[in-house]
Amino acid sequence: MTSTTATATPMVRLRDVSKVYEGRSGTVRAVDGVSLDIARGEVFGIIGYSGAGKSTLVRLINALESPTGGEVVVDGTTLTGLPERGLRPARAGIGFIFQQFNLLRSRTVAGNVAYPLKVAGWPKAKRLARVAELLEFVGLSDKARQYPDQLSGGQKQRVGIARALATSPALLLADEATSALDPETTRDVLDLLRRINLELGVTIVVITHEMSVVSYLCHRVAVMEHGKVVEAGDVYDVFARPQREVTRRFVGTALHDRPSPDVVARLRRRHPGRIVTVAVREDETTGGVPVTALLRQHGVDGTVVFGGITEVGSRPLGSLTYELVGADADVDAVVAELARRTEVVLHDEGPTAGTGGGAHEGVTA
Amino acid sequence: MNSGGVSLWPELLESLGQTLQMVVVTLLVGGFAGLLLGLALYTTRQGNLFANRPVNAVLNVLVNIVRPIPFIIFITGILPLTIAVTGASYGTNAVIFPMTIMATFGTSRIVEQNLVALDPGVVEAARAMGAGPLRIIATVVVPEALGPLILGYTFLFVAIVDMSAMAGAVAGGGLGDFAIVYGYQRFNYVATWTAVAVIVVVVQIAQLVGNLLARRVLRR
Ligand SMILES: Nc1ncnc2c1ncn2[C@@H]1O[C@H](COP(=O)(O)OP(=O)(O)O)[C@@H](O)[C@H]1O
Ligand SMILES: [Mg+2]
Repeated sequence: MTSTTATATPMVRLRDVSKVYEGRSGTVRAVDGVSLDIARGEVFGIIGYSGAGKSTLVRLINALESPTGGEVVVDGTTLTGLPERGLRPARAGIGFIFQQFNLLRSRTVAGNVAYPLKVAGWPKAKRLARVAELLEFVGLSDKARQYPDQLSGGQKQRVGIARALATSPALLLADEATSALDPETTRDVLDLLRRINLELGVTIVVITHEMSVVSYLCHRVAVMEHGKVVEAGDVYDVFARPQREVTRRFVGTALHDRPSPDVVARLRRRHPGRIVTVAVREDETTGGVPVTALLRQHGVDGTVVFGGITEVGSRPLGSLTYELVGADADVDAVVAELARRTEVVLHDEGPTAGTGGGAHEGVTA
Repeated sequence: MNSGGVSLWPELLESLGQTLQMVVVTLLVGGFAGLLLGLALYTTRQGNLFANRPVNAVLNVLVNIVRPIPFIIFITGILPLTIAVTGASYGTNAVIFPMTIMATFGTSRIVEQNLVALDPGVVEAARAMGAGPLRIIATVVVPEALGPLILGYTFLFVAIVDMSAMAGAVAGGGLGDFAIVYGYQRFNYVATWTAVAVIVVVVQIAQLVGNLLARRVLRR
């Protein structure tokens, strides 16, 4: 397709973007040659550990920082090279929500939501109507005259979201928006963000260090490490088949589904059979893995001894660890069948198997 | 309270009027100039709205040079300038000039300290909403720090009353002058301590009003 309509251009286009800080302790490449396209209407996650450069990247997108290299284009406007005055309208057209909410303590809830409208020069009557509408949308109409200090964390973030949406931006940036909230409140805020995406069609960029946030909310994800995007793509693909160690660590710590070497050692003490971890995935290529049928077919007993499965983008992802007991040849056959269908990890040194050596030996389908 | 059979109350009242005049004018003019200088110190800091290392360094040095000068020496030192500006070397008006300058530099540090304590996140949020730096100063920085600033200005008021007593003693006028002329020089301890009592009352009232205002702004 060679369409040139607005919908064909990405909402955010980053081309080889870098940000270098010259500090007393030397040079920091906070963002290092990042190229990304974020499509209109999608929820895009950027995940990485602390110091990976996520905040810097998102501050480059809304021009709070200017890049030391590369080009930033938002909604068709090239921000790179614009003077400070030219950047202000661009910033006003991008919503931003913060981990620490950053509400004005000297203003009421309504006053906070009205602030960006004042900056944008809205007349008072229009402002009041818009504030009422926004507070209704985030479910805080009854708190309009309260001050931020009187609100809970989740309520504060709702005010932050209402404020960010005030000028009807097409793009919303959320930098660790739920990291200061408890799990239940986090879920509420994520649901609100999802509603904003679905009902208002707002493109959302979610910065986080929690895989659960990305799994729940995002369509696509970029994994950042040392200022670089090391892996990017469809959320399920990236998490189901991580190519990089960082990504594997995110999946591992979120799911806790794979037994660590000492867990394997403990399992082995109690389970004399062969211990095998079977990945549970549901992508286009494979359906579910018919473990029970395979076991029955080969006359092998299987006991689930460890595991974890979660939902990523509404599809299950995780693994189960089995103890397989049966004749050597039959167990071999089951393992081979499983390995044809999904990823299987053999935790060898069972009483019969003799591949030996390390605790993990991956056999990938 | 008498001196040689003559009541000193009219003199005391007049002195109080002079003191209040010195203090109020200094507080308004010096307080406002100090607010501007304090804002300049704050906004030119590294990473701030008008980050500018050389300007910040110059302002800092200037403030650090002027502030430690003992006020009584400062008054005499800038007397030629005072005469040039106010046309007088003596009296309430002449004294207000050095007081205002000293108050400006003193206030600037109080203002700067209170603004530095401000959460930079709110400034960041206002920037992200497309607000320009002057608007951010007027609608975010000052209102968000208003409670501590009021307490800072209350502290300043007391310092100015102190200054006014010293100034009065050197260049005439006010309760300080009264205490010296009618108290110290005539061995009249009643006059001295009456002046002190009046000053204490003025300071107490100022502190009360400051605390009240600050509490209202901070809503606690
Ligand atoms: N203003 C700055 N000056 C110097 N170094 C900075 C600045 N901002 C961020 N950095 C550095 O850049 C790196 C990335 O920081 P950041 O983008 O905040 O990471 P993240 O949000 O992923 O935790 C860190 O090493 C951080 O110390
Ligand atoms: Mg960060």
